[in-house]
Amino acid sequence: MIGLVEVTRKYRFSASHRLHAPQLGPAENRELYGKCNNPFGHGHNYEIAVTVRGPVEALSGRAVDPELLDGLVRRQVLEPFEHRNLNEEVAAFRTAVPTSENLGREVLRRLKQNWLAVFPAGGVRLERVAIAETSRNAFEVSAHEIE
Amino acid sequence: MLITRKAEFSASHICRNPGLSESENRELFGAAANPHGHGHNYVLEVTVEGAPDPVTGMVLDLKALKETLNREVVEIYDHRFLNREVPPFDHVIPTPENIAIDIWNRLQPHLNGPRGRLHGVRIYETPDLYVDYFGDAA
Repeated sequence: MIGLVEVTRKYRFSASHRLHAPQLGPAENRELYGKCNNPFGHGHNYEIAVTVRGPVEALSGRAVDPELLDGLVRRQVLEPFEHRNLNEEVAAFRTAVPTSENLGREVLRRLKQNWLAVFPAGGVRLERVAIAETSRNAFEVSAHEIE
Repeated sequence: MLITRKAEFSASHICRNPGLSESENRELFGAAANPHGHGHNYVLEVTVEGAPDPVTGMVLDLKALKETLNREVVEIYDHRFLNREVPPFDHVIPTPENIAIDIWNRLQPHLNGPRGRLHGVRIYETPDLYVDYFGDAA
């Protein structure tokens, strides 16, 4: 009996954002978000790590076809996020502040909602997404935390 | 407590299933199906679990762990053509998934004592692709 393996693939994109909570006043926003509240926005080289979990298939010796995973991530995350202003150009961030926490949840939500179009039910599962805005911070969201 | 030790080796491999045709292999494995083989700088991270000994303050002797990794994995895998020189890859496809499982199977008999039990094997095929295996109970 062979157990399950986890496969993790890393991707990168660059994007700009501004952290600003409309429910708070200008002074509170500056206090809370500091430089990240700059009205003109600023950018990062984001790195995301997508982890999937499944059995190793005898035919391929693999748990996931990396090309299928790459394609899903490219369509759902990299293409819509790459060189974009997240606040202006990604619908979810018109209402949610594009913090790494919310960005991680949005990446996971996009992959989870489109998972079954690429990977058949009962096979490899989406496990978690980690996102790093810079190399000094890391955020991890598990698939069970998101609808 | 978890302790992770890193080791590195470089090796070549071919990912193809002999039961499939050339075009099916190309379709399934892409460039990795090249019959002449290709190579990677693999990075191995081995994690052991245990409680520190009250006298030594250590879970296990890290030098002994390093020697175990060298003897059981690095000396066997390093600068080898996995399909031709490292069983079971004469009949098991040397994907990173199967390499993680094989390394677990090689290390587990040596890391199952009261101090230092094998917890997980992580193998990086490239800096952007790695596989974790936590044994058949996981």
